[in-house]
Amino acid sequence: MLKEITLGQYFPGKSVLHKMDPRMKIILLTVFIVFIFITKNYISLGIMFLSVICVILLSGVSMKLYFKSLKAIIFIVLFTSVLNLFYGTGEPVFKWKFIEITQAGINTSIFVAARIIALVLISSVLTYTTSPTDLTDGIEKLLKPLTVFHIKIHEIAMMMTIALRFIPTLLEETDKIMSAQKARGADFESGNVMTRIKALIPILIPLFVSAFRRAYDLAMAMESRCYHGGEGRTRMKVLKYSKYDFTALLVVCVVCIGVIICNIKLPVTLRTGM
Amino acid sequence: MHFIDVEKVVFSYENEEDNNTVVLKDLSLRVEKGEFVALLGHNGSGKSTLAKMFNGILLPDSGTVSICGKTTKEDENLLEIRRKVGLVLQNPDNQLVASIVEEDVAFGPENLGIDPAEIRIRVDNALRSVDMYEYKGHAAYKLSGGQKQRVAIAGIIAMEPDCIVLDEPTAMLDPQGRQEVMDTIVKLNKEKNITIILITHYMDEAALSDRVVVLDDGKILTQGTPREVFSQIELLRRHKLDVPQSTQLAHRLNSCGFKIKEYPLTVEECVGKILEQLSI
Repeated sequence: MLKEITLGQYFPGKSVLHKMDPRMKIILLTVFIVFIFITKNYISLGIMFLSVICVILLSGVSMKLYFKSLKAIIFIVLFTSVLNLFYGTGEPVFKWKFIEITQAGINTSIFVAARIIALVLISSVLTYTTSPTDLTDGIEKLLKPLTVFHIKIHEIAMMMTIALRFIPTLLEETDKIMSAQKARGADFESGNVMTRIKALIPILIPLFVSAFRRAYDLAMAMESRCYHGGEGRTRMKVLKYSKYDFTALLVVCVVCIGVIICNIKLPVTLRTGM
Repeated sequence: MHFIDVEKVVFSYENEEDNNTVVLKDLSLRVEKGEFVALLGHNGSGKSTLAKMFNGILLPDSGTVSICGKTTKEDENLLEIRRKVGLVLQNPDNQLVASIVEEDVAFGPENLGIDPAEIRIRVDNALRSVDMYEYKGHAAYKLSGGQKQRVAIAGIIAMEPDCIVLDEPTAMLDPQGRQEVMDTIVKLNKEKNITIILITHYMDEAALSDRVVVLDDGKILTQGTPREVFSQIELLRRHKLDVPQSTQLAHRLNSCGFKIKEYPLTVEECVGKILEQLSI
């Protein structure tokens, strides 16, 4: 069960996206997300969705993994789009007792579903093609200006690096503890929600204890390796924008202009926001 | 001036009930450059505490620990001391900071503020010297225990230390991983002349060292070459310590009428001695 969590995982590769600078990837991801949400008609939504699929194909990461990441959110997508179905105004297309479904409602629910799916897919591309260290490096560099407000960017970036590093380790540990508790007769699968939540306590307590022990060891190992905060620290990999980044920037600009034009010139199908 | 000089160190852990447990009692130890020292002792003998003294992670209550004449008590010495004396811990999972092998090895040099191009060279060399170069782009958590531990050692080597302290580096490994790590340690000592202080439970590992120091109850019980130390079988046994299996075998054979003069340390040596005895 835990093995299926692909969130924040990195798959090494040699694709164009792997070669891009993490800063550019983060910036372009933000642009993408914004544009996914400002699409106003099916054409512009289609353009965004198509470009997301192109990006996925470029990433060279197996499609299976993307489907896996979608599996986790399928419930949210269904829930929100079904809910939106009933909230349209205007002439009902379908009427049964008190339930009314309007054209606007159908449009909204399709938009919501497509937007969430595109959002998750494009974010997965970032984490799948960027090593965690690169990712935190990029974030650290991009947020550098915030140090003016006495925000400790380096420390936050370091915390993220360590958190990402320990996700697989702690998942493995959770699996082990679960097996150990099951071997002693613990039951995680039956009973109502409350009993099931209570059944998790014997997993969480050992997990926390071991996490603290690991943290203590790690702190000692880091100190032994001369860690003394961000001051005077250099990096092995210096981030540099390359031709791939500028090409990507150009392509994204073209896509965005296309979406803006479609939004302005073509009739608007979606009046309300989300 | 000695390379590492531990002078009359006393150390105690604070207990919840106000009574402190004294772990190190007036302990003195000197280590010279290029030496391979094995620290032995049963649980609670203070050997892990001593390991953390060498690079100033723990500071003595009284007495001094100095590296090249610089005491760990002064805060401004600590960075230099930690660059010179690297520490490798027992659990390989808990000491890797970054997710990718080469990025983890680069962590130490990055902290020292070394030029990026130089870091690259150091990381590649460090990974080569522990035979992990092919794995440099791999995710650290997918490696075997022995491989992880060698990456941890590479992370220390990349800082170009004079000495590596290893606190039971093989305790959590399978026999194959243990062999890999021990081969690496011996190689570093012989080829790069790096001083090694190895804390271990395994007598066969201690037998590879130049000098064995046996700790008991926060004091040095005995020290000398592995042969000298392991010939004191009765003394070690009284303090609940083992000797290498070959030595033990020779000792038992002797008590049944064999006359093996020098106790063997390795299996090959042992075979030789027994053959010698049989073909009178």
